[in-house]
Amino acid sequence: MIKTVEELVQAQCNACEEIKHYDCRILVCSGTGCIATGSHNIYDIFSKLVKETEGVELVFSPCGGHHDEKAVGVKKTGCQGFCELGPLVRIQKGDRVIQYVKVQPDDCKDILDKSVLGDEVIDRLLYKKGETAYVQPDEIPFIAKQTRIVLENCGKFDAESLDEYMAAGGFSALKKAMFEMTRDEVIDEVDKSGLRGRGGGGFPTGKKWKQVARQKETQRYVVCNGDEGDPGAFMDGSVMEGDPFKLIEGMMIAGYAVRANDGYIYVRAEYPMSVARLRNAITLLEERGLLGDNILGSDFSFHMHINKGAGAFVCGEGSALTASIEGNRGMPRTKPPRTVEKGLWEKPTVLNNVETYANVPKIILQGADWFRSIGTAGSPGCKTFSLTGAIENTGLIEVPMGSTLRQIIFDIGGGLKNGADFKAVQIGGPSGGCLTEEHLDVPLDFDSVKKYNAIIGSGGMVVMGQDTCMVEVARFFMSFTQRESCGKCTPCREGTKRMLEILERIVNGQGKLEDLDTLEELAKMIQTMALCGLGKSAPLPVLSTLATFRDEYIEHIVDKKCRAKQCTALRRYVINPAFCKGCSKCARNCPVNAISGVVKKPYTIDSDKCIKCGACKENCAFDAVYVEA
Amino acid sequence: MLDESYYRKTDEIIARYGKEPKALIPVMQDVQAEYRYLPGELLSYIAKQIGITETKAYSVATFYENFSFEAKGKYVIKVCDGTACHVRHSTPVLEALWKELGLSKKKHTTDDMMFTVETVSCLGACGLAPTMMVNDQVHPSMTPEKALALIEELRRNG
Repeated sequence: MIKTVEELVQAQCNACEEIKHYDCRILVCSGTGCIATGSHNIYDIFSKLVKETEGVELVFSPCGGHHDEKAVGVKKTGCQGFCELGPLVRIQKGDRVIQYVKVQPDDCKDILDKSVLGDEVIDRLLYKKGETAYVQPDEIPFIAKQTRIVLENCGKFDAESLDEYMAAGGFSALKKAMFEMTRDEVIDEVDKSGLRGRGGGGFPTGKKWKQVARQKETQRYVVCNGDEGDPGAFMDGSVMEGDPFKLIEGMMIAGYAVRANDGYIYVRAEYPMSVARLRNAITLLEERGLLGDNILGSDFSFHMHINKGAGAFVCGEGSALTASIEGNRGMPRTKPPRTVEKGLWEKPTVLNNVETYANVPKIILQGADWFRSIGTAGSPGCKTFSLTGAIENTGLIEVPMGSTLRQIIFDIGGGLKNGADFKAVQIGGPSGGCLTEEHLDVPLDFDSVKKYNAIIGSGGMVVMGQDTCMVEVARFFMSFTQRESCGKCTPCREGTKRMLEILERIVNGQGKLEDLDTLEELAKMIQTMALCGLGKSAPLPVLSTLATFRDEYIEHIVDKKCRAKQCTALRRYVINPAFCKGCSKCARNCPVNAISGVVKKPYTIDSDKCIKCGACKENCAFDAVYVEA
Repeated sequence: MLDESYYRKTDEIIARYGKEPKALIPVMQDVQAEYRYLPGELLSYIAKQIGITETKAYSVATFYENFSFEAKGKYVIKVCDGTACHVRHSTPVLEALWKELGLSKKKHTTDDMMFTVETVSCLGACGLAPTMMVNDQVHPSMTPEKALALIEELRRNG
């Protein structure tokens, strides 16, 4: 039990010593991505191998006791970042770390013999780019070009061990806040740091805390929004999985600062791993006395609760989220009163997102000035992004605010997959917009991208090449928001439906030019009239593609053409007579008898009958069938 | 009529969260986890036990996409149709599964109660798009062929 400051310091020292006593640590990435590629199996194999092999011993606490054999720890870490190259494994001996990628079960024995027992590096498992093979993870451009604050521990230590978190200085920030600062000083420090809400809103965190602290009502709550619903975003999930203690420490500091005794984390149901890691963290903290009554012998008590979402995107909205925790339908309500005045159970509530809380411990430890030295004047600090889509290096990244898209997509992301041409990047998910070539050098922060009908949002970044149809992208997002609209207010419920109908018509080749004006009119109406942020921002994907890719909309409508060849209804299957051998295989496979011809002579497709199923193209052995845009 | 054991199990679950209105969602989640769906009779029972009206319980249960009044298959397959998966061609995966299992947008569960196919907006494994989840396990980098091979494997396992 840790009941005093001295005991906390002692526990941190012990934990530090423990880590030093490992001769080698095998760090297996245990983020959602790597688990999917089989990292838990790799973890089990390593644990078994270490137990069975002479010369090494599997240990959980290497301090004390004599070790004739090498003390080896096998650990499950948070996301190491490079999701696509999983399972990822790091072999750590003191400061020396080897990063292995795509580790298969058969490789484990080799790694143990050569890199754990010996000091050899296995070349075939290293990350390679061009001619270079990288040994240390920090040297890989994807990682070297990032600045990691929130993600600093992710991938470096056991996400399920409180001791490992404490060895990295965990709970020093809470200690400093509680014993070296007054509550107001904590709030002032966060305020001065300029930290802004990382969920997408960008509201100043310190200001929010101040507003809660000055409420008359003494029952207050701290709530964490872990309902990361934007499709294509997994930053918050990675933090909850990879460094759950840091998130909880941030929430505890908030709780101390605003005199709240209960903290709630609302996690979306699709993140079972996040829920499991947070539950584990809370249990460990309660066992050691760091959560509960009279923390570190003070008068501050704090209890943590987890609520699982149930599949409603709108619950990412503040008032809908608190309604859901209360056991109600997750529907937003009109504001004011705002969450800071009447939030959870009508009590003053600090509601921040995962990444925001995870920034707090370091701000308290290193100070507001340090935080302000990173990022831009209006948006200090770093931002995490999940980099996905048609890009070479998909994965989880963190960069200073003000970084440009060019740095993110080309320097860190390695450019487009297979060297394809860049078309656009969608940021901010269903509430965001598309940025193109001309925006590649715009510094990204909360304010700068707003002028281009886009938002930074929570940090989902989907890169698109020339084979992506922008009208279809707009339709895709509109169908998402339409489906997720809670139905409470008419502008959003009906407006998104009408916009979706129009977009569906256009991608089916039945659009009219007037449709574009109607779309814009509806968009403006929803933006001004909808009740909550979800509704207000729903038209953005349409508006931003309309502004930048209007010619593609017009092509769909006037020429009935989709240049990305993505819209099925606008595809035209044609047989190239030069390649066709007249084997009749396409005709035999056509489900609607749209193909005719004479054997050994080129066949033809009747486009009036064709249902564009693609069976002919799939079955042609001579690549004679192609799609005409 | 449900067997008595269902009610005893539900009592057990309610005891975890307390007989309070705020327990509604977690209780429904655990009941659904137990039976792979939310039997209507149990919803009425839960409402009574935690002190809310049946209407209220029903309104909450129907609001959230995760709750289902219909029994689901042994394997619940969620094909991710998030942005990252969508641009990396998740639709053909979904269509292949539908075709193989005789399912559609309207019909989600096979008659033998083996498979349920649904879509989901994001599984958070976007780096490995397109993905799909079978019960709680995420499968990376799917193709129609890989999806069909997986179905074969699950069928063999029974």
